[in-house]
Amino acid sequence: MRRIVLALAALALGSTALTACGGDAGGSDSLVDKAKNDKKLTVGVKIDQPGLGVKKPDGTMEGFDVDVARYIAEKLGVPESGITWKETISANREPFIQQGQVDFVVATYSILDERKEKVTFAGPYIVAHQDIMVRSDESSVTKVEDLKDKLICQASGSNSYKRITDPAPDGQGIKAKLVPAGSYSECVAKLKGGTLDAVTTDDLILAGFAAQNPSDYKILGTPFTDEKYGVGMKKGDTASCEAVNDAIAEMYKDGTAAQLLKKWFGQTQGLQLPTEAPAFEGCA
Amino acid sequence: MSALIENFDAIIAGFWSTIRLAAMSAVLSLLLGTLLVALRVSPVPVLRGMGTLYVTILRNTPLTLVLLFCALGISNTLQLNFDVEDPAFNGYWLAVLGLTAYTSTFVCETLRAGVNTVPMGQAEASRAIGLTFAQSMRMVILPQAFRAVIAPLGSVLIALIKNTTVVIVAGYAEAAFVMKDMLYESAGTVVMVFLGFAAGYMILTLPVGYLTGWLARRLAVRR
Repeated sequence: MRRIVLALAALALGSTALTACGGDAGGSDSLVDKAKNDKKLTVGVKIDQPGLGVKKPDGTMEGFDVDVARYIAEKLGVPESGITWKETISANREPFIQQGQVDFVVATYSILDERKEKVTFAGPYIVAHQDIMVRSDESSVTKVEDLKDKLICQASGSNSYKRITDPAPDGQGIKAKLVPAGSYSECVAKLKGGTLDAVTTDDLILAGFAAQNPSDYKILGTPFTDEKYGVGMKKGDTASCEAVNDAIAEMYKDGTAAQLLKKWFGQTQGLQLPTEAPAFEGCA
Repeated sequence: MSALIENFDAIIAGFWSTIRLAAMSAVLSLLLGTLLVALRVSPVPVLRGMGTLYVTILRNTPLTLVLLFCALGISNTLQLNFDVEDPAFNGYWLAVLGLTAYTSTFVCETLRAGVNTVPMGQAEASRAIGLTFAQSMRMVILPQAFRAVIAPLGSVLIALIKNTTVVIVAGYAEAAFVMKDMLYESAGTVVMVFLGFAAGYMILTLPVGYLTGWLARRLAVRR
């Protein structure tokens, strides 16, 4: 028993030491400087989010977030060949940025106050809204309130279902029945098979799944939250944050954004796409 | 640490779900495993073949696939559900189904090792005094076989408890599901959450190891 306690203590100590040195390593090199001098950047993206960030079997990356990251990198002076893609899952985005394992993150990364304490956000480059996806022949669900007593998906590692079931102000306080599932892909498979009635999360994520079979699903178009997707980078790197904001503004001005949105989400039934750049949060 | 304390109720509820799932699966696996071992050592070739086929297929399939088959194959595609309108109940029994189908093969193989510890002469003697195959299994062979493999069965039970961490693919939320939820909301403070849950699983598994070890010593068949 004593040995177990010792081993646990050693583990805990080791990990705090690790995060501690992660915090002050680097810091001198800002994102813009690194882009300008090395012509190389490491970008954190999702690799399993259809339409947003996907790693294809041949190893290349595709998706809306990936294209946005490419555009930003190009504006900072880094060509496509200088980008190293790195998978960031929801739980490790902050540590990866803090430890300098990635230079910036474009991974359906919502700007939240508690995250702002750890990283600096440029953008948002797009504002997603939580919405509801149902089978295209579904007629009994047309608005959020209709989800009462319906079977909705509770995907592992996501809290979107709480916006429906939690009492106000956090959620809508609607008594839907939760069906646990391992991932949103499983949710969508179960939606198609009929073991659940609705999948709810950010509309862009839903649209990414729907795009695989656009005729099977529809999005209700009843947005009830704002999820500001930002570009995460090391805390305090204000100059780089401004530079990324300029790149995002440029992306909307020169029509690239509209083109990318159409390319990735244009086919989805019921989804409204923005036409102009969202209001920036500010870098300070 | 604060993440663990704030979510204490959810963590306890998660582990309670794990215990409920593991306990039911353990009981059913023991029953099905005993039936399977009876098939595998029976004098009828067809029954032996069926037992061997089942064990070979299920034991060599990854558990995640077995559970995914329960959720997407049996429940979603074939529409065979325990009660689709009550997802917690439905998911629980689908998970029990998958875990039992898988774990019973390991129980069977463990018990078969136990059967092999019983000297052949005892089986022959029990047949010679007129016991049927079922009677000789029930009264002579299996009681000794069980007592010989209590400790290895404990290992199977420990493996079962830890295997519950993947049942989310069958649509049942337990402790590991709660952990992933917490990791998602933790904004980077993952290490304490991991350690907390590792400790939770050890609280469940360590007593199982000690208890079965103690029982194995007490109940060993002296020859």
